[in-house]
Amino acid sequence: MTRYNAFALLSHALTGKKWPLAWRSPAPKASYDIVIVGGGGHGLATAHYLAKNHGITNVAVIEKSYIGSGNVGRNTTLVRSNYQMPGNTEFFEHSLKLWEGLSHDLNYNVMLSQRGQIVLAHGPVQLDVLARKGNTMRLNGIDAELLDRGQVQKLIPYCGFSPESRWPIYGALLQRRAGTARHDAVAWGYARSASEAGIDIIENCEVTGFVRDGDAVIGVETTRGRILAARTGIAVAGHSSQVAALAGLKLPVESHILQAFVSEPIKPLVDHVISFGAELFYISQSDKGGLVFGGHIDGFNTYTQRGQLPKVQTVMECLVALIPAAARLRLLRHWGGIQDMTPDGSPFICATPLPNLYLNGGWCYQGFKATPASGTTYARLLATGQDHPLAAHFQLDRTMRGDGLDEYGLGNWTWKQ
Amino acid sequence: MLRIPCPWCGERDYNEFRYGGDADKVRPPFGKPAVEGADLKAWHDQVFVFDNPKGPHKEYWQHVQGCRHWLVLERNTATNQVLQAWPAREFALARVKP
Repeated sequence: MTRYNAFALLSHALTGKKWPLAWRSPAPKASYDIVIVGGGGHGLATAHYLAKNHGITNVAVIEKSYIGSGNVGRNTTLVRSNYQMPGNTEFFEHSLKLWEGLSHDLNYNVMLSQRGQIVLAHGPVQLDVLARKGNTMRLNGIDAELLDRGQVQKLIPYCGFSPESRWPIYGALLQRRAGTARHDAVAWGYARSASEAGIDIIENCEVTGFVRDGDAVIGVETTRGRILAARTGIAVAGHSSQVAALAGLKLPVESHILQAFVSEPIKPLVDHVISFGAELFYISQSDKGGLVFGGHIDGFNTYTQRGQLPKVQTVMECLVALIPAAARLRLLRHWGGIQDMTPDGSPFICATPLPNLYLNGGWCYQGFKATPASGTTYARLLATGQDHPLAAHFQLDRTMRGDGLDEYGLGNWTWKQ
Repeated sequence: MLRIPCPWCGERDYNEFRYGGDADKVRPPFGKPAVEGADLKAWHDQVFVFDNPKGPHKEYWQHVQGCRHWLVLERNTATNQVLQAWPAREFALARVKP
Protein backbone atom coordinates (compact mmCIF):
# COMPACT_ATOMS: atom_id res chain seq x y z
CA MET A 1 0.00 0.00 0.00
CA THR A 2 1.25 3.51 -0.82
CA ARG A 3 2.58 5.33 2.17
CA TYR A 4 1.43 8.89 2.38
CA ASN A 5 4.38 11.29 2.35
CA ALA A 6 5.62 14.36 0.52
CA PHE A 7 7.34 12.30 -2.17
CA ALA A 8 4.20 10.24 -2.91
CA LEU A 9 2.13 13.41 -3.02
CA LEU A 10 4.54 15.03 -5.48
CA SER A 11 4.80 11.98 -7.70
CA HIS A 12 1.02 11.58 -7.87
CA ALA A 13 0.65 15.27 -8.59
CA LEU A 14 3.17 15.13 -11.45
CA THR A 15 2.09 11.84 -12.99
CA GLY A 16 -1.64 12.10 -12.38
CA LYS A 17 -1.56 8.52 -11.14
CA LYS A 18 -4.69 7.51 -9.22
CA TRP A 19 -4.42 6.95 -5.50
CA PRO A 20 -5.26 3.38 -4.47
CA LEU A 21 -8.35 2.77 -2.36
CA ALA A 22 -7.52 3.32 1.30
CA TRP A 23 -8.87 -0.04 2.40
CA ARG A 24 -9.84 -3.34 0.78
CA SER A 25 -13.44 -4.58 0.46
CA PRO A 26 -13.06 -8.33 0.97
CA ALA A 27 -15.86 -10.88 1.12
CA PRO A 28 -16.30 -12.23 4.64
CA LYS A 29 -14.49 -15.48 5.45
CA ALA A 30 -16.28 -18.31 7.25
CA SER A 31 -14.41 -17.73 10.49
CA TYR A 32 -12.01 -15.39 12.27
CA ASP A 33 -10.15 -15.25 15.57
CA ILE A 34 -11.99 -12.07 16.47
CA VAL A 35 -15.09 -10.44 15.00
CA ILE A 36 -15.81 -6.81 15.90
CA VAL A 37 -19.41 -5.77 15.42
CA GLY A 38 -19.45 -2.12 14.38
CA GLY A 39 -17.08 -0.29 12.03
CA GLY A 40 -17.18 3.05 13.80
CA GLY A 41 -14.22 4.83 15.32
CA HIS A 42 -13.94 2.46 18.25
CA GLY A 43 -14.35 -0.75 16.24
CA LEU A 44 -11.74 0.35 13.71
CA ALA A 45 -9.37 1.60 16.41
CA THR A 46 -9.70 -1.75 18.16
CA ALA A 47 -8.83 -3.52 14.91
CA HIS A 48 -5.78 -1.30 14.41
CA TYR A 49 -4.44 -1.94 17.94
CA LEU A 50 -5.19 -5.68 17.72
CA ALA A 51 -2.77 -5.80 14.80
CA LYS A 52 -0.27 -3.29 16.15
CA ASN A 53 -0.09 -4.22 19.85
CA HIS A 54 -1.03 -7.90 19.77
CA GLY A 55 -0.13 -9.10 16.27
CA ILE A 56 -3.62 -10.49 15.73
CA THR A 57 -4.80 -9.91 12.17
CA ASN A 58 -7.28 -12.73 11.58
CA VAL A 59 -9.99 -10.22 12.46
CA ALA A 60 -13.13 -8.90 10.79
CA VAL A 61 -14.82 -5.58 11.43
CA ILE A 62 -18.47 -5.80 10.42
CA GLU A 63 -20.28 -2.57 9.62
CA LYS A 64 -23.95 -2.42 8.70
CA SER A 65 -23.53 0.73 6.59
CA TYR A 66 -20.38 2.40 5.26
CA ILE A 67 -17.29 3.50 7.21
CA GLY A 68 -17.86 6.93 8.72
CA SER A 69 -21.65 6.82 8.47
CA GLY A 70 -22.32 6.73 12.20
CA ASN A 71 -21.28 8.71 15.23
CA VAL A 72 -17.62 8.93 14.22
CA GLY A 73 -18.78 11.29 11.46
CA ARG A 74 -21.42 13.06 13.56
CA ASN A 75 -19.55 14.34 16.60
CA THR A 76 -18.10 17.80 17.20
CA THR A 77 -14.48 16.50 17.04
CA LEU A 78 -13.27 17.64 20.47
CA VAL A 79 -10.44 15.90 22.29
CA ARG A 80 -9.56 16.68 25.90
CA SER A 81 -8.71 14.96 29.18
CA ASN A 82 -10.22 17.15 31.90
CA TYR A 83 -11.78 14.46 34.07
CA GLN A 84 -11.50 14.17 37.81
CA MET A 85 -12.56 10.71 38.91
CA PRO A 86 -10.09 7.85 39.25
CA GLY A 87 -10.97 5.50 36.42
CA ASN A 88 -11.73 8.34 34.03
CA THR A 89 -8.74 10.65 34.52
CA GLU A 90 -5.98 8.23 33.53
CA PHE A 91 -8.06 6.69 30.76
CA PHE A 92 -8.78 9.95 28.98
CA GLU A 93 -5.23 11.22 29.49
CA HIS A 94 -3.95 8.00 27.93
CA SER A 95 -6.29 8.75 25.05
CA LEU A 96 -5.00 12.29 24.63
CA LYS A 97 -1.41 11.04 24.60
CA LEU A 98 -2.32 8.59 21.85
CA TRP A 99 -4.03 11.41 19.93
CA GLU A 100 -0.76 13.34 20.06
CA GLY A 101 1.06 10.62 18.11
CA LEU A 102 -1.84 9.33 16.06
CA SER A 103 -1.05 10.89 12.67
CA HIS A 104 2.40 9.26 12.69
CA ASP A 105 1.07 5.99 14.05
CA LEU A 106 -1.51 5.74 11.27
CA ASN A 107 0.52 7.45 8.51
CA TYR A 108 -2.67 9.44 8.06
CA ASN A 109 -3.11 13.10 8.96
CA VAL A 110 -5.90 13.23 11.55
CA MET A 111 -5.39 17.00 11.70
CA LEU A 112 -5.07 17.13 15.46
CA SER A 113 -5.13 20.78 16.46
CA GLN A 114 -4.19 21.33 20.10
CA ARG A 115 -5.72 24.76 20.23
CA GLY A 116 -6.63 24.53 23.91
CA GLN A 117 -9.98 24.18 25.61
CA ILE A 118 -11.31 26.99 27.79
CA VAL A 119 -13.98 25.95 30.30
CA LEU A 120 -15.69 29.09 31.56
CA ALA A 121 -16.79 29.91 35.07
CA HIS A 122 -19.49 32.53 35.55
CA GLY A 123 -19.05 33.06 39.26
CA PRO A 124 -16.61 32.47 42.13
CA VAL A 125 -18.16 29.18 43.22
CA GLN A 126 -17.96 27.78 39.73
CA LEU A 127 -14.32 28.86 39.51
CA ASP A 128 -13.64 27.03 42.80
CA VAL A 129 -15.07 23.88 41.25
CA LEU A 130 -12.84 24.34 38.21
CA ALA A 131 -9.82 24.96 40.47
CA ARG A 132 -10.49 21.62 42.13
CA LYS A 133 -10.81 19.93 38.76
CA GLY A 134 -7.59 21.58 37.57
CA ASN A 135 -5.75 20.46 40.71
CA THR A 136 -6.94 16.89 40.20
CA MET A 137 -5.68 17.01 36.64
CA ARG A 138 -2.29 18.41 37.64
CA LEU A 139 -1.86 15.79 40.35
CA ASN A 140 -2.33 13.24 37.57
CA GLY A 141 0.30 14.93 35.42
CA ILE A 142 -2.23 16.57 33.08
CA ASP A 143 -1.85 20.21 32.09
CA ALA A 144 -4.38 22.66 33.48
CA GLU A 145 -4.26 26.40 34.08
CA LEU A 146 -6.69 28.47 36.07
CA LEU A 147 -7.36 31.84 34.45
CA ASP A 148 -8.90 34.99 35.88
CA ARG A 149 -11.27 37.22 33.94
CA GLY A 150 -8.52 39.41 32.51
CA GLN A 151 -6.54 36.43 31.25
CA VAL A 152 -9.65 34.96 29.66
CA GLN A 153 -10.46 38.27 27.99
CA LYS A 154 -7.00 38.35 26.40
CA LEU A 155 -7.58 34.91 24.90
CA ILE A 156 -11.19 35.30 23.73
CA PRO A 157 -11.96 39.05 23.61
CA TYR A 158 -14.89 38.48 21.22
CA CYS A 159 -16.96 36.78 23.93
CA GLY A 160 -19.56 38.65 25.94
CA PHE A 161 -17.49 40.61 28.48
CA SER A 162 -20.00 43.46 28.75
CA PRO A 163 -21.07 44.38 32.31
CA GLU A 164 -24.68 43.78 31.22
CA SER A 165 -23.87 40.22 30.14
CA ARG A 166 -26.45 37.73 31.44
CA TRP A 167 -23.65 35.30 32.35
CA PRO A 168 -20.57 37.43 33.09
CA ILE A 169 -17.29 35.58 32.59
CA TYR A 170 -15.52 35.25 35.92
CA GLY A 171 -12.61 32.99 35.02
CA ALA A 172 -11.79 29.74 33.30
CA LEU A 173 -9.88 26.50 33.34
CA LEU A 174 -7.60 26.07 30.33
CA GLN A 175 -6.19 22.81 29.06
CA ARG A 176 -3.74 23.78 26.33
CA ARG A 177 -3.25 20.24 25.03
CA ALA A 178 -6.95 19.82 24.31
CA GLY A 179 -8.33 20.64 20.89
CA THR A 180 -9.94 19.11 17.85
CA ALA A 181 -9.20 16.38 15.32
CA ARG A 182 -10.67 15.69 11.90
CA HIS A 183 -13.24 13.00 12.69
CA ASP A 184 -13.58 11.44 9.23
CA ALA A 185 -9.80 11.18 8.95
CA VAL A 186 -9.74 9.26 12.22
CA ALA A 187 -12.17 6.67 10.86
CA TRP A 188 -10.42 6.47 7.48
CA GLY A 189 -6.94 6.37 9.01
CA TYR A 190 -7.78 3.53 11.39
CA ALA A 191 -9.61 1.64 8.60
CA ARG A 192 -6.66 2.00 6.23
CA SER A 193 -4.14 0.93 8.83
CA ALA A 194 -6.19 -2.09 9.93
CA SER A 195 -6.82 -3.14 6.35
CA GLU A 196 -3.13 -2.82 5.52
CA ALA A 197 -2.34 -5.14 8.41
CA GLY A 198 -4.62 -7.77 6.89
CA ILE A 199 -7.81 -7.17 8.85
CA ASP A 200 -11.04 -7.51 6.84
CA ILE A 201 -13.36 -4.51 6.94
CA ILE A 202 -16.76 -5.66 5.74
CA GLU A 203 -19.13 -2.83 4.97
CA ASN A 204 -22.85 -3.04 4.24
CA CYS A 205 -23.13 -6.18 6.34
CA GLU A 206 -25.56 -6.10 9.25
CA VAL A 207 -25.36 -8.45 12.20
CA THR A 208 -28.76 -10.08 12.64
CA GLY A 209 -27.98 -12.48 15.46
CA PHE A 210 -25.34 -14.31 17.45
CA VAL A 211 -24.34 -17.93 16.93
CA ARG A 212 -24.51 -19.71 20.27
CA ASP A 213 -23.01 -22.87 21.70
CA GLY A 214 -24.86 -23.14 24.97
CA ASP A 215 -24.22 -19.82 26.70
CA ALA A 216 -21.09 -19.08 24.72
CA VAL A 217 -21.13 -16.86 21.65
CA ILE A 218 -19.21 -18.50 18.80
CA GLY A 219 -19.95 -16.08 15.97
CA VAL A 220 -22.49 -13.85 14.30
CA GLU A 221 -25.28 -14.23 11.79
CA THR A 222 -25.13 -11.44 9.22
CA THR A 223 -26.90 -10.32 6.08
CA ARG A 224 -23.88 -11.81 4.25
CA GLY A 225 -23.97 -15.16 5.98
CA ARG A 226 -22.71 -16.79 9.15
CA ILE A 227 -19.28 -15.75 10.42
CA LEU A 228 -17.72 -17.75 13.25
CA ALA A 229 -15.31 -16.24 15.74
CA ALA A 230 -13.39 -17.35 18.82
CA ARG A 231 -14.21 -13.98 20.39
CA THR A 232 -16.86 -11.45 19.43
CA GLY A 233 -16.76 -7.79 20.42
CA ILE A 234 -19.64 -5.34 20.24
CA ALA A 235 -18.72 -1.71 19.46
CA VAL A 236 -21.94 -0.13 18.25
CA ALA A 237 -22.57 2.69 20.74
CA GLY A 238 -25.90 4.31 20.01
CA HIS A 239 -27.43 0.92 19.32
CA SER A 240 -25.72 -1.18 22.01
CA SER A 241 -29.08 -2.20 23.49
CA GLN A 242 -30.28 -3.40 20.09
CA VAL A 243 -27.25 -5.56 19.38
CA ALA A 244 -26.98 -6.87 22.95
CA ALA A 245 -30.68 -7.81 22.78
CA LEU A 246 -29.79 -10.18 19.90
CA ALA A 247 -27.80 -12.10 22.52
CA GLY A 248 -30.59 -11.81 25.10
CA LEU A 249 -28.76 -9.18 27.20
CA LYS A 250 -30.30 -6.08 28.76
CA LEU A 251 -27.91 -3.18 29.41
CA PRO A 252 -27.81 -0.13 31.68
CA VAL A 253 -28.10 1.98 28.55
CA GLU A 254 -30.69 4.26 26.97
CA SER A 255 -30.36 5.77 23.48
CA HIS A 256 -30.59 9.55 23.27
CA ILE A 257 -30.05 12.15 20.59
CA LEU A 258 -27.38 14.84 20.72
CA GLN A 259 -27.61 17.63 18.17
CA ALA A 260 -24.71 19.46 16.55
CA PHE A 261 -24.60 22.62 14.45
CA VAL A 262 -22.41 24.38 11.91
CA SER A 263 -22.70 28.05 10.99
CA GLU A 264 -21.86 29.59 7.64
CA PRO A 265 -18.07 29.89 7.21
CA ILE A 266 -16.43 33.03 8.52
CA LYS A 267 -12.85 34.23 8.82
CA PRO A 268 -10.85 32.82 11.76
CA LEU A 269 -12.42 33.95 15.01
CA VAL A 270 -12.66 31.14 17.55
CA ASP A 271 -9.14 29.75 17.86
CA HIS A 272 -9.85 27.64 20.95
CA VAL A 273 -12.48 25.20 22.07
CA ILE A 274 -14.75 27.07 24.45
CA SER A 275 -17.14 25.43 26.90
CA PHE A 276 -19.87 27.67 28.28
CA GLY A 277 -20.34 27.37 32.03
CA ALA A 278 -23.98 28.36 32.37
CA GLU A 279 -25.37 25.47 30.34
CA LEU A 280 -23.90 22.52 28.48
CA PHE A 281 -22.64 24.27 25.35
CA TYR A 282 -19.30 24.12 23.52
CA ILE A 283 -17.93 25.70 20.37
CA SER A 284 -14.93 25.55 18.08
CA GLN A 285 -14.22 26.71 14.54
CA SER A 286 -13.53 24.27 11.73
CA ASP A 287 -10.75 24.70 9.19
CA LYS A 288 -13.41 25.61 6.63
CA GLY A 289 -14.45 28.49 8.89
CA GLY A 290 -17.79 27.27 10.16
CA LEU A 291 -18.47 27.57 13.85
CA VAL A 292 -19.10 24.04 15.13
CA PHE A 293 -21.16 23.85 18.29
CA GLY A 294 -23.52 21.72 20.28
CA GLY A 295 -25.46 21.50 23.50
CA HIS A 296 -27.15 18.98 25.72
CA ILE A 297 -29.18 15.92 24.68
CA ASP A 298 -32.84 16.48 23.84
CA GLY A 299 -33.90 14.84 27.09
CA PHE A 300 -35.93 11.80 26.13
CA ASN A 301 -34.84 8.52 24.56
CA THR A 302 -35.13 8.30 20.80
CA TYR A 303 -33.48 6.68 17.80
CA THR A 304 -34.56 9.37 15.33
CA GLN A 305 -31.47 11.16 14.08
CA ARG A 306 -33.51 14.36 13.93
CA GLY A 307 -33.53 16.70 16.91
CA GLN A 308 -36.28 18.80 18.42
CA LEU A 309 -36.54 22.54 17.72
CA PRO A 310 -36.72 23.76 21.35
CA LYS A 311 -33.21 22.37 21.86
CA VAL A 312 -32.06 24.18 18.71
CA GLN A 313 -33.37 27.40 20.23
CA THR A 314 -31.65 26.74 23.57
CA VAL A 315 -28.33 26.09 21.86
CA MET A 316 -28.64 29.28 19.79
CA GLU A 317 -29.40 31.24 22.96
CA CYS A 318 -26.24 29.84 24.54
CA LEU A 319 -24.23 30.79 21.47
CA VAL A 320 -25.49 34.36 21.51
CA ALA A 321 -25.06 34.68 25.26
CA LEU A 322 -21.44 33.57 24.89
CA ILE A 323 -20.57 35.36 21.62
CA PRO A 324 -23.08 38.18 21.02
CA ALA A 325 -21.67 38.90 17.54
CA ALA A 326 -22.69 35.41 16.45
CA ALA A 327 -26.33 36.54 16.44
CA ARG A 328 -25.74 37.82 12.90
CA LEU A 329 -24.54 34.46 11.60
CA ARG A 330 -26.75 32.06 9.72
CA LEU A 331 -26.92 28.39 10.55
CA LEU A 332 -25.58 26.28 7.70
CA ARG A 333 -26.65 22.82 8.82
CA HIS A 334 -27.52 20.80 11.87
CA TRP A 335 -27.82 17.13 12.57
CA GLY A 336 -28.26 14.57 15.30
CA GLY A 337 -26.44 11.47 16.46
CA ILE A 338 -27.75 8.68 18.65
CA GLN A 339 -25.63 7.79 21.65
CA ASP A 340 -25.74 5.33 24.50
CA MET A 341 -26.51 7.15 27.73
CA THR A 342 -25.67 5.24 30.92
CA PRO A 343 -27.01 5.80 34.44
CA ASP A 344 -23.66 7.12 35.69
CA GLY A 345 -22.42 8.81 32.52
CA SER A 346 -19.50 6.41 32.04
CA PRO A 347 -18.82 3.75 29.41
CA PHE A 348 -18.39 -0.02 29.33
CA ILE A 349 -15.32 -1.89 28.07
CA CYS A 350 -15.79 -5.31 29.56
CA ALA A 351 -16.73 -8.95 29.31
CA THR A 352 -20.44 -9.79 29.29
CA PRO A 353 -22.18 -12.60 31.21
CA LEU A 354 -21.95 -14.65 27.98
CA PRO A 355 -18.57 -16.38 27.40
CA ASN A 356 -16.59 -14.98 24.46
CA LEU A 357 -18.87 -11.97 24.01
CA TYR A 358 -17.43 -8.56 24.90
CA LEU A 359 -18.95 -5.12 25.10
CA ASN A 360 -17.66 -1.66 24.25
CA GLY A 361 -20.40 0.95 24.56
CA GLY A 362 -22.23 3.40 26.77
CA TRP A 363 -20.06 6.29 25.65
CA CYS A 364 -22.49 9.10 26.42
CA TYR A 365 -20.83 12.31 25.09
CA GLN A 366 -17.33 11.00 25.38
CA GLY A 367 -16.94 8.63 22.48
CA PHE A 368 -14.84 10.58 20.02
CA LYS A 369 -12.10 11.77 22.38
CA ALA A 370 -11.90 8.27 23.83
CA THR A 371 -11.38 6.56 20.47
CA PRO A 372 -7.64 5.70 20.74
CA ALA A 373 -7.79 4.61 24.39
CA SER A 374 -10.98 2.68 23.78
CA GLY A 375 -9.23 0.91 20.91
CA THR A 376 -6.10 -0.01 22.88
CA THR A 377 -7.96 -1.22 25.95
CA TYR A 378 -10.64 -3.10 24.04
CA ALA A 379 -7.99 -4.70 21.80
CA ARG A 380 -6.22 -5.95 24.90
CA LEU A 381 -9.47 -7.34 26.31
CA LEU A 382 -10.33 -9.09 23.04
CA ALA A 383 -6.78 -10.40 22.55
CA THR A 384 -6.20 -11.72 26.05
CA GLY A 385 -9.59 -11.89 27.76
CA GLN A 386 -8.08 -9.70 30.50
CA ASP A 387 -9.19 -6.16 31.31
CA HIS A 388 -6.72 -3.41 30.53
CA PRO A 389 -5.89 -1.69 33.86
CA LEU A 390 -6.88 1.69 32.40
CA ALA A 391 -10.38 0.44 31.58
CA ALA A 392 -10.81 -1.82 34.61
CA HIS A 393 -13.50 0.42 36.07
CA PHE A 394 -15.73 0.25 32.98
CA GLN A 395 -17.51 -2.94 34.06
CA LEU A 396 -21.15 -3.83 33.45
CA ASP A 397 -21.72 -4.77 37.08
CA ARG A 398 -20.27 -1.61 38.65
CA THR A 399 -23.72 -0.24 39.50
CA MET A 400 -24.62 -3.57 41.12
CA ARG A 401 -21.54 -3.18 43.34
CA GLY A 402 -22.42 0.42 44.20
CA ASP A 403 -19.31 1.51 42.33
CA GLY A 404 -20.78 3.78 39.67
CA LEU A 405 -18.38 6.16 37.96
CA ASP A 406 -20.57 9.24 38.21
CA GLU A 407 -18.30 12.04 37.04
CA TYR A 408 -21.20 14.52 37.21
CA GLY A 409 -22.85 13.24 40.40
CA LEU A 410 -26.31 13.58 38.91
CA GLY A 411 -27.97 10.35 40.02
CA ASN A 412 -29.05 7.47 37.86
CA TRP A 413 -30.96 9.38 35.18
CA THR A 414 -29.66 8.60 31.73
CA TRP A 415 -31.34 11.67 30.27
CA LYS A 416 -29.71 14.04 32.76
CA GLN A 417 -26.07 12.91 32.55
CA MET B 1 -41.76 19.06 17.24
CA LEU B 2 -42.97 16.25 19.44
CA ARG B 3 -46.56 17.05 20.48
CA ILE B 4 -47.94 15.29 23.52
CA PRO B 5 -51.69 14.75 23.97
CA CYS B 6 -52.19 15.65 27.63
CA PRO B 7 -55.32 13.84 28.85
CA TRP B 8 -56.41 17.04 30.63
CA CYS B 9 -55.12 19.92 28.49
CA GLY B 10 -55.07 18.47 24.97
CA GLU B 11 -52.16 18.34 22.55
CA ARG B 12 -49.22 20.55 23.57
CA ASP B 13 -45.53 20.99 22.60
CA TYR B 14 -43.31 18.52 24.39
CA ASN B 15 -41.21 21.21 26.03
CA GLU B 16 -44.13 22.06 28.32
CA PHE B 17 -43.52 18.63 29.83
CA ARG B 18 -40.82 17.04 31.92
CA TYR B 19 -39.68 13.55 30.91
CA GLY B 20 -39.93 10.92 33.64
CA GLY B 21 -38.50 7.73 32.17
CA ASP B 22 -39.63 4.25 31.23
CA ALA B 23 -43.15 3.50 32.52
CA ASP B 24 -43.01 -0.21 31.75
CA LYS B 25 -40.64 -0.81 34.63
CA VAL B 26 -42.47 -2.36 37.58
CA ARG B 27 -41.22 -1.68 41.09
CA PRO B 28 -40.26 -4.81 43.01
CA PRO B 29 -42.51 -5.41 46.02
CA PHE B 30 -41.68 -3.46 49.17
CA GLY B 31 -41.13 -5.21 52.47
CA LYS B 32 -37.92 -7.14 52.32
CA PRO B 33 -34.59 -5.32 52.63
CA ALA B 34 -32.92 -5.33 49.26
CA VAL B 35 -29.35 -5.93 50.35
CA GLU B 36 -28.37 -9.07 48.52
CA GLY B 37 -29.32 -11.79 46.08
CA ALA B 38 -32.43 -11.69 43.93
CA ASP B 39 -33.96 -8.73 45.81
CA LEU B 40 -30.93 -6.56 45.20
CA LYS B 41 -30.82 -7.65 41.57
CA ALA B 42 -34.50 -6.76 41.11
CA TRP B 43 -34.02 -3.28 42.60
CA HIS B 44 -30.80 -2.75 40.68
CA ASP B 45 -32.52 -3.58 37.41
CA GLN B 46 -35.46 -1.33 38.30
CA VAL B 47 -33.09 1.60 38.78
CA PHE B 48 -30.28 1.01 36.33
CA VAL B 49 -31.30 -1.31 33.47
CA PHE B 50 -33.39 -0.27 30.47
CA ASP B 51 -35.31 -2.13 27.78
CA ASN B 52 -34.44 0.79 25.48
CA PRO B 53 -36.63 -0.49 22.63
CA LYS B 54 -36.43 0.84 19.07
CA GLY B 55 -40.17 1.01 18.61
CA PRO B 56 -43.17 1.54 20.91
CA HIS B 57 -42.10 2.78 24.36
CA LYS B 58 -44.30 3.71 27.32
CA GLU B 59 -42.90 6.56 29.36
CA TYR B 60 -43.83 9.05 32.08
CA TRP B 61 -44.17 12.75 31.37
CA GLN B 62 -45.28 15.50 33.74
CA HIS B 63 -47.08 18.54 32.33
CA VAL B 64 -45.01 20.93 34.43
CA GLN B 65 -46.01 24.04 32.49
CA GLY B 66 -49.69 23.07 32.35
CA CYS B 67 -51.86 21.05 34.69
CA ARG B 68 -48.82 19.49 36.46
CA HIS B 69 -50.43 16.04 36.18
CA TRP B 70 -48.34 13.00 35.33
CA LEU B 71 -49.26 10.98 32.27
CA VAL B 72 -48.04 7.91 30.44
CA LEU B 73 -47.27 8.34 26.76
CA GLU B 74 -46.76 5.55 24.28
CA ARG B 75 -44.36 6.75 21.58
CA ASN B 76 -42.42 5.02 18.82
CA THR B 77 -38.77 5.76 19.60
CA ALA B 78 -37.76 5.03 15.99
CA THR B 79 -39.98 7.81 14.60
CA ASN B 80 -41.25 9.83 17.61
CA GLN B 81 -44.77 9.01 16.43
CA VAL B 82 -47.21 9.38 19.33
CA LEU B 83 -49.40 6.32 19.77
CA GLN B 84 -51.45 6.79 22.93
CA ALA B 85 -51.61 8.62 26.26
CA TRP B 86 -53.19 7.78 29.61
CA PRO B 87 -53.43 9.56 32.95
CA ALA B 88 -50.58 8.00 34.95
CA ARG B 89 -53.01 6.99 37.71
CA GLU B 90 -55.25 5.06 35.31
CA PHE B 91 -52.21 3.39 33.79
CA ALA B 92 -50.95 2.31 37.20
CA LEU B 93 -54.35 1.08 38.38
CA ALA B 94 -54.86 -0.93 35.18
CA ARG B 95 -51.52 -2.57 35.80
CA VAL B 96 -52.20 -3.67 39.39
CA LYS B 97 -55.70 -5.03 38.59
CA PRO B 98 -55.76 -8.62 37.30
